[in-house]
Amino acid sequence: MASLIPEIAYEEVLGELPEVKSDPQSRRLPRIRYWRVIVFFLAGSYFLLPLYAGLRFSFENDAGHFSFYAIEAIPSQTGFSQAFFLSLRLAAVTTVLTMVLMVPTATYVHLKLPRMRRVLDFVTILPIVIPPIVLILGVLHAAPLWLRASPYLLSLVYVILALPFVYRSLDAGLSAIDLKTLVEASRSLGGKWVSTLIHVILPNLRAAMLSATVLTIALVLGEFTMASLDLWSTLPVWIYQFSQKDAHIATAVSMLSLIGTWLLLTLIVSLDRSQSRRMRKRTGTL
Amino acid sequence: MEQIRKRGLVRGVRPALAMAPFAIYTFIGLGIPTLAVISLAFRSEQGKLTLANLHTVAQGTYRIGFENSIILATITSIVPGILGVFLAYAIATSHSGMLRRLVAAASGVLANFGGINLTFMFIASLGSTGVLTVWLAAIHANPWHYGFNLYSFYGVAFVYMYFQIPLMVLVITPALGGLRPSWREAAENLGASSFKYWRTVGIPVLLPSVLGGMLLLFGSGFAAYATADTLTAGTVTLAPIQIGAVLNGNVIAGEENIGYAIGFGMLVVLSITMILYGLVRKRASRWLR
Repeated sequence: MASLIPEIAYEEVLGELPEVKSDPQSRRLPRIRYWRVIVFFLAGSYFLLPLYAGLRFSFENDAGHFSFYAIEAIPSQTGFSQAFFLSLRLAAVTTVLTMVLMVPTATYVHLKLPRMRRVLDFVTILPIVIPPIVLILGVLHAAPLWLRASPYLLSLVYVILALPFVYRSLDAGLSAIDLKTLVEASRSLGGKWVSTLIHVILPNLRAAMLSATVLTIALVLGEFTMASLDLWSTLPVWIYQFSQKDAHIATAVSMLSLIGTWLLLTLIVSLDRSQSRRMRKRTGTL
Repeated sequence: MEQIRKRGLVRGVRPALAMAPFAIYTFIGLGIPTLAVISLAFRSEQGKLTLANLHTVAQGTYRIGFENSIILATITSIVPGILGVFLAYAIATSHSGMLRRLVAAASGVLANFGGINLTFMFIASLGSTGVLTVWLAAIHANPWHYGFNLYSFYGVAFVYMYFQIPLMVLVITPALGGLRPSWREAAENLGASSFKYWRTVGIPVLLPSVLGGMLLLFGSGFAAYATADTLTAGTVTLAPIQIGAVLNGNVIAGEENIGYAIGFGMLVVLSITMILYGLVRKRASRWLR
């Protein structure tokens, strides 16, 4: 749901908030700081302690001593590599499908059918309203047998699950550039539609597409509900099944997948930031 | 003439063609499955129209599942909702821009968090031999000795806060920006105490946004499946877990369509939630440009 709120909103909010420091006479000040410390302490422990516990559990053996055994044992566990590569394949297929479907659609709507944006807003919010558990119920009933026999049915449904994040990301990216001028310039220079899309629009959408891609990958790598009910051993399903056998190894895999995803996200966000900073410098006034 | 007509035709056809892939994909991937769930909820095993499924779902263990789900969603919208507002306010009024950015990014990640990773992290910290349990046991405050059970309804509620609080922070932060510093200064210049400022200005302005955020949290808590399922091994009685049980074949013969009826019920609850959210947001947007 992160991308529902555009980045710009944060910046605006940050700029407008009251500067408590600038009011030296306020007697309230110490009290505010006091409750703030409590809030930060509680929130910090609630959010960081489980992370610490998960990491510590991953680096422990059964006797409770520090050990790398769980990490080292991961690759040789039965079913791990199948599950890992299945999840990667699903992530790749989902990402490609989502981009091929959404980049032209979102671009076209921005350029030619601005009135359709409200329709797109509505349709792409639906996967948040319809819970995955209900959606997979209908999908497993409606899908033809040959499709149900393939793991890529999951990819097809993950495209739907990714729509809210991907569309909002692309929508924000498209709103940030002067699409019309770019396209008109390209067209008047004799560029065809396809080459305009590839050489003019896509490079300008790179940051938005990158963040949409990462969100999609994170979604596919972490999705449990649909995969488990469709009976495919993707990475999360495998972790859950394997936890009955060795909880340390299962937790280690889970924490590693988490850290991997977060690193990827951080990377994208920092790329995104440097990109938008450059854009701002170039346009000057913004 | 011919050419003009042709161009007019092309103009009408081209948008339709451009929108077709998206329209077809979402209709097949989202529309048909949802319609299938709704229509099967009203059909017997033999395919005849019936209200029997809904009747079954409205009583006994399925009714308890719905009640539990609604209670769980209510608890995990109110408590994390309030905590989220405090956290967002504490962050928003802090001096550190880095902290604000960090929390904004972390909230984005954690709001979508859940399932197996979350389950393991909490078992490792609050399971019967978890880190925090051991620490607390050392000072003779082992929560398990005082009736706490991570693998129960309240355990699930406690774990849900991990994604519900960040969701609230995300939703409420823009609304806190609508609280102009000048209002507070004006109130103070007119002699209002801090309490009075909050009672007459702050809370009335924020209330629609807070309610809207809580409705979103309600939806998210009501629909969640993976965390509750993995944490309790499917033993807690919640509507989504019951759908999972039906799909896994744990159902009395002749009641296979019960799953669709539960799904239909969930869709009804979530639709009402989203309609209310739409109404509340309209009010909330008055204070946000």
